[in-house]
Amino acid sequence: MLGEVQLRQLTERALGASSADETEVLVIADESALTRFANSAIHQNVFESGIEIRVRAVLGTRIGVATTNSTDERALREVVERAVVSARLAPETPDFRSLPGPQPIPQAATFSGATAVYTPERRARDVKAVCDEAISNGLEASGAWSMSQSEVAVANSRGVWAFNARTHASFKTVIMGPTSSGYAERDGLDATAIDVGAAGREAIDKAVRSRDPIAIEPGDYTVVLEPYAVGTMLDYFGGIGLGALAVQEGRSFMNDHFGERLLGPNVTLWDDGLDPRGAPMPFDFEGVPKQRVTFFEKGVARDVVYDSYTAGRENRHSTGHGLPAPNSWGPVPLNMFLGEGDASRDDLVRGVERGLWVTRFHYVNVVHPTKAILTGMTRDGTFLIERGEITRPVHNLRFTQSVLEALSCVEAIGRDAMMLQDEWSGTHVPALRISRFSFSSATEF
Amino acid sequence: MRDFVERALNVAQLHGAAYADVRVEEHHVQSVSTKNGMVDALLDEESQGFGVRALADGAWGFAASAVLTMAEIERVAEMAVAIARASSLAKRTDVDLAPVTVEHGSYRTPVQIDPFSISLESKIALLLQADAAMRAVPGLAIAEGSLQCLRSVKTFASTAGSYLEQEIVETGAGIVATAVGDGEVQQRSYPNSFGRHQGTAGWEIVETMDLVANAPRIAEQAMALLSAPECEPDVTTVIIDPTQVALQVHESCGHAVELDRVLGMEAAYAGTSFLTPDRLGMRYGSEHVNVVADATVAQGLGTFGWDDEGVPAAVTPLIRSGEFVDYLTSRETASRFGKPSNGTMRAESWSRLPLIRMTNINLLPGPWRFENLIADTDRGLYVETNRSWSIDDRRLNFQFGTEIAWEIVGGKLGRMVRNPSYAGITPEFWNSCDAICSEWQMWGVTNCGKGQPSQSMHVGHGAAAARFRNVRVGIA
Repeated sequence: MLGEVQLRQLTERALGASSADETEVLVIADESALTRFANSAIHQNVFESGIEIRVRAVLGTRIGVATTNSTDERALREVVERAVVSARLAPETPDFRSLPGPQPIPQAATFSGATAVYTPERRARDVKAVCDEAISNGLEASGAWSMSQSEVAVANSRGVWAFNARTHASFKTVIMGPTSSGYAERDGLDATAIDVGAAGREAIDKAVRSRDPIAIEPGDYTVVLEPYAVGTMLDYFGGIGLGALAVQEGRSFMNDHFGERLLGPNVTLWDDGLDPRGAPMPFDFEGVPKQRVTFFEKGVARDVVYDSYTAGRENRHSTGHGLPAPNSWGPVPLNMFLGEGDASRDDLVRGVERGLWVTRFHYVNVVHPTKAILTGMTRDGTFLIERGEITRPVHNLRFTQSVLEALSCVEAIGRDAMMLQDEWSGTHVPALRISRFSFSSATEF
Repeated sequence: MRDFVERALNVAQLHGAAYADVRVEEHHVQSVSTKNGMVDALLDEESQGFGVRALADGAWGFAASAVLTMAEIERVAEMAVAIARASSLAKRTDVDLAPVTVEHGSYRTPVQIDPFSISLESKIALLLQADAAMRAVPGLAIAEGSLQCLRSVKTFASTAGSYLEQEIVETGAGIVATAVGDGEVQQRSYPNSFGRHQGTAGWEIVETMDLVANAPRIAEQAMALLSAPECEPDVTTVIIDPTQVALQVHESCGHAVELDRVLGMEAAYAGTSFLTPDRLGMRYGSEHVNVVADATVAQGLGTFGWDDEGVPAAVTPLIRSGEFVDYLTSRETASRFGKPSNGTMRAESWSRLPLIRMTNINLLPGPWRFENLIADTDRGLYVETNRSWSIDDRRLNFQFGTEIAWEIVGGKLGRMVRNPSYAGITPEFWNSCDAICSEWQMWGVTNCGKGQPSQSMHVGHGAAAARFRNVRVGIA
């Protein structure tokens, strides 16, 4: 890794080489390692180190972007020149105001030295322990134990300088038997704080309990969704409708509904890039500090996230949710939180006369964006709830369900939330009991 | 370059690798996208680096770096071996590799017009012309266009003695019209969904698309969809357009025949497959269904000279007259069946490990003319252009949405319907196929995800329109 001083020098050299009216340099350097296992043995084990230098050149309102992964002087000059040439050829972008100006960058704890020095041998021993326990239960273990350290630096000709060093560790496992499977995941910035063994035991327990599932008819059920399922659902929900570009283009379920109650009064959903319970990142890829944005307050639609371009269109400030330029997706929430409730695990199933317990979803996709309808499969532990108790494992089902409708009939919210993280996004969510959830078809496994 | 890669192999062997290979790659990608008369993105990306894969103590290690120096390749090669030794701490059996022929040579994508020779101004002008033609349709909310040109130069060498150089060129383009109103968002894409159609070809592939001429049509269709009736729930005959057939093949056949999935190597992420080895010989589809993996076909996104294990491009029948006959394999997976690899290992970039990936998984054409197939259908639905896709982790239960559909009544296309969807179970669905058209072409999928860390691969599918009976439609 290069460190803040070297990265600052690198960005200053690139900015100094630019003839554009405004120039932005975004550098992402990372080292990542991933140990992958299947059939209770390591079968893939990788390490990669890389760097990307991304230059956005602005001439008036003409914009061009170029990248390189070489840091020598010639490459830096060339990447700046390629961005400038592109900008020169681009038509005007009338809605573009300017690159962001400098703002104080808040502090956030994002780096663990222990993660940075975790060895492949240690990962292998962790994995072997989970595999051995799976085998001793007559099961097979698969999964990935990954960790990375990254440096993100943003500098622009208006004086922005933002630097962050971060680590991420993630253990995910699927434990499988002939007729069953179970899943567990743990994420955090400190690899040594992740209890791999506990995750393995959680998945093994689920795989044992989901043996010999019975067939069940598709239809509407009361469901208890574990945080894994809730997190996946919210990731899609945020992606399709909680960014300003979707609203400005009329593609969001938020359009014409700000100030209205769209979700249940017990649902509050927000984005906070600084909350240490999530996966904090103090600024976005334009170097703008993260603001907390409330999407739904007690079910009432409040706001969406902005980057500098979408904010400029409405004469407001970016909320710090810009992605690397050029960004056709628009701003997206990367640090979502769903407010916890007070329900224990037993409380979530108590009172359910007949329903389903869903561990996680698989291969989810958007069916209808303005109605927030998603489809996908259940996976790795789906159970029948009868008279307030989990009774039998069931075959997996396909759901086709509006998230808006699901979050309008939340009956109970778990008191314990999980942080589920991908490389750049973290979602902090509890389990939910939803009174009506539609399953459109079933499988035979 | 030869010194560089040989040094990597030597260092790996000196540290105890029983086998090693190295790929050095350079990528240049130029992307242009427009939206509502403006350039939305103008991006010129360059990346270079190398990756070393080593087999030591019976297990795999892989390491990659962007720094192309002798010192770095020595460090990385040594690291790959050290990682392999760590892997061996949690192995159950030693990795065995199927034999491979020693290969030397070079391959270049046949290109008539180098896409990088076309000026950026011309590319922007083409997209903006199509953009204007879409926005000439009153009420259209969003007009988008995109172009991508890609050049990948790759050197592969292995301790088996192979030394290979390849230059792959891809070019793609497409337009999308989006209409918004009354809580509906309706989209039409041309020539394909996901923003564009792409192939291993030069600028000539864009010239055949005639984006500008097709722009008004898709814009008008997007607007018409806003007030079209909903696709009602039914069980009926469905005729599927070639682009959606391509995705149907991709999801329900292509992924299902990846032998690494079958053997559980992708279980924790994308899942496994219902096509377990005991199913070889099963009736996967009707007698009309013939599917091949063909890494040699012109313009396919899975067309190359050699895969990333140095195995020559191959043509492999997968489904023959409806019978499931073979898998996509690698040296490691093929060896378990005592067979050679059929050459499907590819990596997204220099920084990633090669995995079994679809090459071009092609549904072979049938005898029907499309107009005759419609005329032969008394009642049903014609669906066109993918909008959403989902399938379970064994590749059985699928549900697709398309951008548009038309009712078929009395052998003619009738009313347009919106939000169409159809669903099924893979073998039942393919066994219900009773006709495949003759108007066949290659289609590109540029967002095929697999692996951890995730790799997005470009793959191809030859496809034609096809008819399926008793299909559930109108799910959502």
